[in-house]
Amino acid sequence: MADAVLFEFLHTEMVAELWAHDPDPGPGVSAEPRGEEPGAATGQNMNLSVLESVGFRVGQALGERLPREMLAFREELDVLKFLCKDLWLAIFQKQMDSLRTNHQGTYVLQDNSFPLLLPMAAGLQYLEEAPKFLAFTCGLLRGALCTLGIESVVTASVAALPGCKFQVVIQNS
Amino acid sequence: MAVCVAVIAKENYPLYIRSTPTENELKFHYMVHTSLDVVDEKISAMGKALVDQRELYLGLLYPTEDYKVYGYVTNSKVKFVMVVDSSNTALRDNEIRSMFRKLHNSYTDVMCNPFYNPGDRIQSRFVCLGRAFDNMVTSMMIPVC
Repeated sequence: MADAVLFEFLHTEMVAELWAHDPDPGPGVSAEPRGEEPGAATGQNMNLSVLESVGFRVGQALGERLPREMLAFREELDVLKFLCKDLWLAIFQKQMDSLRTNHQGTYVLQDNSFPLLLPMAAGLQYLEEAPKFLAFTCGLLRGALCTLGIESVVTASVAALPGCKFQVVIQNS
Repeated sequence: MAVCVAVIAKENYPLYIRSTPTENELKFHYMVHTSLDVVDEKISAMGKALVDQRELYLGLLYPTEDYKVYGYVTNSKVKFVMVVDSSNTALRDNEIRSMFRKLHNSYTDVMCNPFYNPGDRIQSRFVCLGRAFDNMVTSMMIPVC
């Protein structure tokens, strides 16, 4: 369907745009020769968090709109299953491949062919570039969980493209 | 037709509350506040029940001599409370349900508005932000003569 690819293009451009190095690293970085690296590093981390917070807001709205008419979430696992099935289906037209948990607040969601990583060459060639393409989706998961009442920290890891794993750690106060 | 409509966030503070202007507004605010206890009771009671499907519509929360209070909760624990005039006996359950469904749809639209920060009050001060929501609520309120 043409619809799915529209989001992929938009996402690619978002990453490209927010990743552009800020030529001025900002105050606090002195003009020493080694000053280039720390400035660049903080610039990159900041852009990842911008992407993540964009995804967070989208996830909040999706978490409001997607659940069905019934009150379907009786416990955490139900919410995670909703993420893996309904949310993933709505955005990427496929379900998550596997969901594992240690029953103590940590969940690992595994997708063996993540649509946003599919356009890149399969294997290890672009392993370093992969994380910035996952930031938005991490935020998306965190936002949806937040709307449904669960505070969490979501990180992603890639072993080999296009498969990736999202780790959700529930924050219990 | 409703006399008072309120949207309560999951932390139990009001996101939006509006009543027909001729009445004493504070009385409605108080009624909505006390109805929150009943809502919480119903939600926790539903949680313990083994019924597989629980409804979002909570039904009649409690009747007073002049008014009836109805409740509805969403999946994100945002509560809608509606106060209806008791003398209006023609209002059936189905109509209340459909009013809540319209409220829910409008609230979802507000949530998807990129200029709305979740947790803020729903105001129609900015053009279009809460204006559609406001208009929808106005269409539900009783025209007091």
